[in-house]
Amino acid sequence: MMWRLALLYISLAFAPAYAALDEKLADPHLEMRARALAQELRCLVCQNQSIDDSDAPLAQDLRALVRARLRAGDSDAAIRTFLQEKYGDFILFRPPFAPHTYALWGAPFLLLALGLFVLLRRHYKAGRR
Amino acid sequence: MSAEAGHFALILAFSVAVAQFLIGAIANDGVRRVMARTAYANFALMVIAFACLLWGFVQSDFSLALVQANSHIAKPFIYKIAAVWGNHEGSLLLWTLILAAYASAFARFEQKTSEAFYRRVLMVQAAIIVSFSAFMLFTSNPFARLLPAPFEGQGLNPILQDAALAAHPPLLYLGYVGFSICFAQALAVLLGRGTERDWARIMRPWVLVAWVFLVLGIALGSFWAYYELGWGGFWFWDPVENASLMPWLAATALLHSLMAADKRNIFVGWVLLLAILTFCLSLSGTFLVRSGVLTSVHAFANDPERGLFILLILAGFALWGLVLYARFAPKGAVADYALISRESTLLMQNIFLSVATATVLLGTIYPLVLDALGVGKISVGAPYFNTVFAPLLIPSLALAPFAPLIGWGQGDARAAARRLAAAVPAVGVAITAIVYWRDTPPLALAVMAAALWMVFASAHAWRQKITRMGWAGLSAPAHLAHIGVGVMVFAAITATVWRSETIVAATTGDVVRVAHYQLRFDGVQTHEGANYQSEIGQLVVLNTTQILKPERRFYDAEGSTTTEAALVHGLDGTLYAVIGERVNGQQVLRLWYHPFVNFIWVGCILMALGGMAALLKQMRRA
Repeated sequence: MMWRLALLYISLAFAPAYAALDEKLADPHLEMRARALAQELRCLVCQNQSIDDSDAPLAQDLRALVRARLRAGDSDAAIRTFLQEKYGDFILFRPPFAPHTYALWGAPFLLLALGLFVLLRRHYKAGRR
Repeated sequence: MSAEAGHFALILAFSVAVAQFLIGAIANDGVRRVMARTAYANFALMVIAFACLLWGFVQSDFSLALVQANSHIAKPFIYKIAAVWGNHEGSLLLWTLILAAYASAFARFEQKTSEAFYRRVLMVQAAIIVSFSAFMLFTSNPFARLLPAPFEGQGLNPILQDAALAAHPPLLYLGYVGFSICFAQALAVLLGRGTERDWARIMRPWVLVAWVFLVLGIALGSFWAYYELGWGGFWFWDPVENASLMPWLAATALLHSLMAADKRNIFVGWVLLLAILTFCLSLSGTFLVRSGVLTSVHAFANDPERGLFILLILAGFALWGLVLYARFAPKGAVADYALISRESTLLMQNIFLSVATATVLLGTIYPLVLDALGVGKISVGAPYFNTVFAPLLIPSLALAPFAPLIGWGQGDARAAARRLAAAVPAVGVAITAIVYWRDTPPLALAVMAAALWMVFASAHAWRQKITRMGWAGLSAPAHLAHIGVGVMVFAAITATVWRSETIVAATTGDVVRVAHYQLRFDGVQTHEGANYQSEIGQLVVLNTTQILKPERRFYDAEGSTTTEAALVHGLDGTLYAVIGERVNGQQVLRLWYHPFVNFIWVGCILMALGGMAALLKQMRRA
């Protein structure tokens, strides 16, 4: 329990990303993409924070990496794939659409379809009766 | 001494609850009085136990392990009180106290119900109280002593030292735990093989009360997160937030289907199942928070062993409920309604809300399951929930204003559409203006349109009702709550997609811009607080001459730092300032502007008022 509290303190003490200050890209459009990307990437050593929200050293490094890649002209998808290959799916707050996440992405829509199907079928049957 | 008295009261309360459960389970007739009195006695004993713990905190009695671990002499009085439930054992005691309070309230206010139903409800509730009292007595005794007693406590996590957060757990628990009495009622119906007749009417006010508390509890928590955490966010799709959202979504579905069960005696099985599931979701929320299986900013106190105990409680009650449901679920009246009818719209909303509940549940436990199976570690965050929620939210919001206008059995969609038609141009104008004014992502725009439609159409329908019925038309709980939902959703989106942010390193006298505001930075001063030291920055809004004083606090006792954001609220949005470290003699400032963010909580308050209005209406009818 104590180490969790300690982690919490650390993550809170570092809360807002001041380091973002030095990292800003000159091109505002590129900077916007950098921020959007950072918000979808998990800070791996923090408690459920994005690298955009955290000032842990790892988050700073990852932000720098994202910006360097953007400057080099990489697409958002390429950067995501690169980080995913390096750190695993855990870094993506938007889980990839892959066999082990089919159920995650598919279930809500399947359930919705099933619910509406049951509702309509009842009426169809009731109408015939 | 008071701690021993409290411990003793807790043991007595446990024994009384055991006796009450046994009497309720074995006796058949003539125990109404006994059941009521044991409920009152149990409640009184829980109050004594809670008061004793409270006294220990007020007195800073560090011979109590719990007080030592969570309090400090230098702490302001109100936070000494809040510290009672700012930890695992104390919050569990509060949880059990509220269980007993609901049992007593039921015993007191539902004396007109049939004896068998009355006895069974209190018997089930007693079983819940027994489990939680046992949990406390055997694994999490709040009255454990320390010998020798230390001179000073370790203090309370500073971010919890806040007025809103002092009130957040009690409100949330009044919500969560309120569903226990609905669960008990559902089980009583099943145990009675569905012979109880008016149960839907009896259950509705209890669901409403719990639902109102839960709305307020969640809203307060999100408001606290907004101004205290210093990230400028109000909802993070954090697992623990999800844990409170699930029972809320399920309870909202329950409220809507209960109307049909009450008025038409249909969806009966579904309603009972929902009542069971809603309480199970409340329990699993507690499990998720307390067990430590989640990585969350809210994981304040947890321990795997305790998690196992809660999991056993959860499994036990879920199993009991579901087995009874499978065996005795009663059939209601033959459902005889057209596709265009109140029943259909309620059922459709139930589908949306249930799928939403299932989605939140899936997103919260999926990573845990994958990890446990060794398939890999994934993260499920805001991007997932936002993507999956939009297709559920849009039709649900679009449909809601119609429901109160469409009649039971066979409704007239055209007439309802004609009555709401006036809202269409209003939404059109608003959306056109938005498209011209701001860059907005298409999905966000679609949800905004649906939310605005919900607000305008409900308001319009309400106005028509008042024109038609005069003063009596003012009573429109559904319209009020629907307006609240629309306002909340709209504000949540504007505050997210239209927010402006500025991060700068400033020297005294610098002028900083964020959105349409210009602020002058007037330097930083140090300050000595009650139990902390702080740096307070000063920023003057040049447009309005308002002053912001963002603060960073250093708590010696706890050895930690918190950020105290400074907020200036306007009708159109909130200006939000945080100070950071000093870099090369310059002060780092982070400023946000969140358009309409306060309307998130205004919307929640409107929802709660809608719930209260429904409660009043129901009480007047009874």
